[in-house]
Amino acid sequence: MIGSDDIWSPVRLTLELATVTTVVLLLVGTPIAWWLARSRARWKEAVAAVVALPLVLPPTVLGFYLLLALGPNGPGGWIAGFYGARSLAFTFAGLVIGSVLYSLPFVVQPIRNAFEAFGERPLEVAATLRASPRDAFWSVAVPLARPGFVTGAVLGFAHTVGEFGVVLMIGGNIPGETRVLSVAIYDYVETLQWTQAHILSAAMLAFSFAVILGTFQLERRLRRTGS
Amino acid sequence: MSTRDGTIDARFTGRLGGFALDAAFRAPAYGVTALFGPSGCGKTTLLRCVAGLERMAGRLAVAGDIWQDDARGRFLRTHERPIGYVFQEASLFPHLSVRRNLEFGQARTAPADRRVRFAEVAELLGIVDLLDRRPAGLSGGQRQRVAIARALLTSPRLLLMDEPLASLDQISRDEILPFLERLHDELAMPVLYVSHSAEEVARLADHLVLLDAGRVRASGPIAELRARLDLARGTGSDADAIVDCRVAGHDDAFHLSYLDFPGGRVSVPRHDLPVGRAVRLRVLARDVSVTLAPQTGTSILNIFPAVVEELAEESAAQLLVRLGVGGTPLLARITRKSAALLDLAPGRAVYAQVKAVALLA
Repeated sequence: MIGSDDIWSPVRLTLELATVTTVVLLLVGTPIAWWLARSRARWKEAVAAVVALPLVLPPTVLGFYLLLALGPNGPGGWIAGFYGARSLAFTFAGLVIGSVLYSLPFVVQPIRNAFEAFGERPLEVAATLRASPRDAFWSVAVPLARPGFVTGAVLGFAHTVGEFGVVLMIGGNIPGETRVLSVAIYDYVETLQWTQAHILSAAMLAFSFAVILGTFQLERRLRRTGS
Repeated sequence: MSTRDGTIDARFTGRLGGFALDAAFRAPAYGVTALFGPSGCGKTTLLRCVAGLERMAGRLAVAGDIWQDDARGRFLRTHERPIGYVFQEASLFPHLSVRRNLEFGQARTAPADRRVRFAEVAELLGIVDLLDRRPAGLSGGQRQRVAIARALLTSPRLLLMDEPLASLDQISRDEILPFLERLHDELAMPVLYVSHSAEEVARLADHLVLLDAGRVRASGPIAELRARLDLARGTGSDADAIVDCRVAGHDDAFHLSYLDFPGGRVSVPRHDLPVGRAVRLRVLARDVSVTLAPQTGTSILNIFPAVVEELAEESAAQLLVRLGVGGTPLLARITRKSAALLDLAPGRAVYAQVKAVALLA
């Protein structure tokens, strides 16, 4: 029998995972989005397609390859060897890696669109006002792309909260380590614990609604003050 | 390194999309130099090359400093060049207030190089009351004035302006032109000014670089270039001469102002200008006619003795005539038949009748 304390453990773990993942996504996704928006390389659309793959790929397929990569015989196992572990699969760190890859398009796309929306001109203006490219990125590009960053961060966070297939493949169901919300709900239903499933599902529903509503309103406010 | 010779020396060749530029010019590094020509002639591309926003093969030296020299592998990037740039659209940063827009470039200019003062520029361009506003709330003319002030506050050694009036309506244009003229008079800063408007160029420029299809057709002081018949031909009703004058006095009874130039005295409807002030007149070729004897009994006041210097056929019916009026060139457009009847030829003494002049500044 699972006590009332345990029902919130997956919630805490999920929020923790989503927060860490979102931070990593912004750090990794911003340079990719910048490059995709500015580069004139021919093969950049191929890179864009790779980034967008999780949109169409079944999560189980992504999870399967991740399982191989994170496992003892993949690069993940090699990295895990540095701190005496055998594998990154079925660990929190492995979940973060999987979530980042899975949610990458949801962060890269809005930020790339925002970078592309304001075009070359503001950066040229900044250059004629003595701003180096690095300076112009921080003082002009990032503030102008703020709505894109907000959308990307919210989508990345929410998408990570809701993921199921990838987690099931590479995370399993270890309480406190990889047993996130969606897995817990699935588990409750499988074991016919309808009350707990109801509580968590209703909470998820309310949370998702609040996130989307909040994003829409924030975006509208940013666009009003931004231009 | 070359010596500080006080000139802008530019040579660029290259392609951009389907467009080929092969342009070289030398202009004084003081006063306003207009890059003038029809749309698509490459004047904006040339200006962007000077700013380093576009990179083409070539060489560029400004007052002795080398900004680009491919032979030595030298190319200053845009932010390393001491320029100010005013784009066709104001392009203010929408996320910053007017004040922060103005401070953007000033803050990035080394304190030792700051020669232009914030309060002075805000005053000069009439934007003191706008400082705390957002760009989105400004009119087109106000935005462009802020953009000009923002460029000036980097204390540029060369100010580049790309048709700063082209995107504005006539009212905003009339609102900005006086500011540009004051800039010219009050800040000793060399300006490269791109324009396709003959009138704007006549008002503002001291020096002219004529561009056509990516090449420089001619370059020189404006009065000299405007009077060259080979260049004036084909400009249609725009053919004109520029006459620099000084205000000599006013006639209160008839409400006229008298303007003196080396060839004589011009009467114009009274303007409130101080005596001694330098002004510039634009005289269109279609407003000038030629007679052999001084006319009496005419309503035209401005009649000057002149000498025919050159004639050039403009069409089967019309000729352009360059007249020397005490050393100042004027253009007249007359019919070939008139020229034959008057027996006009270089060296012939005539009288120029000027029906109308436009006072530019």
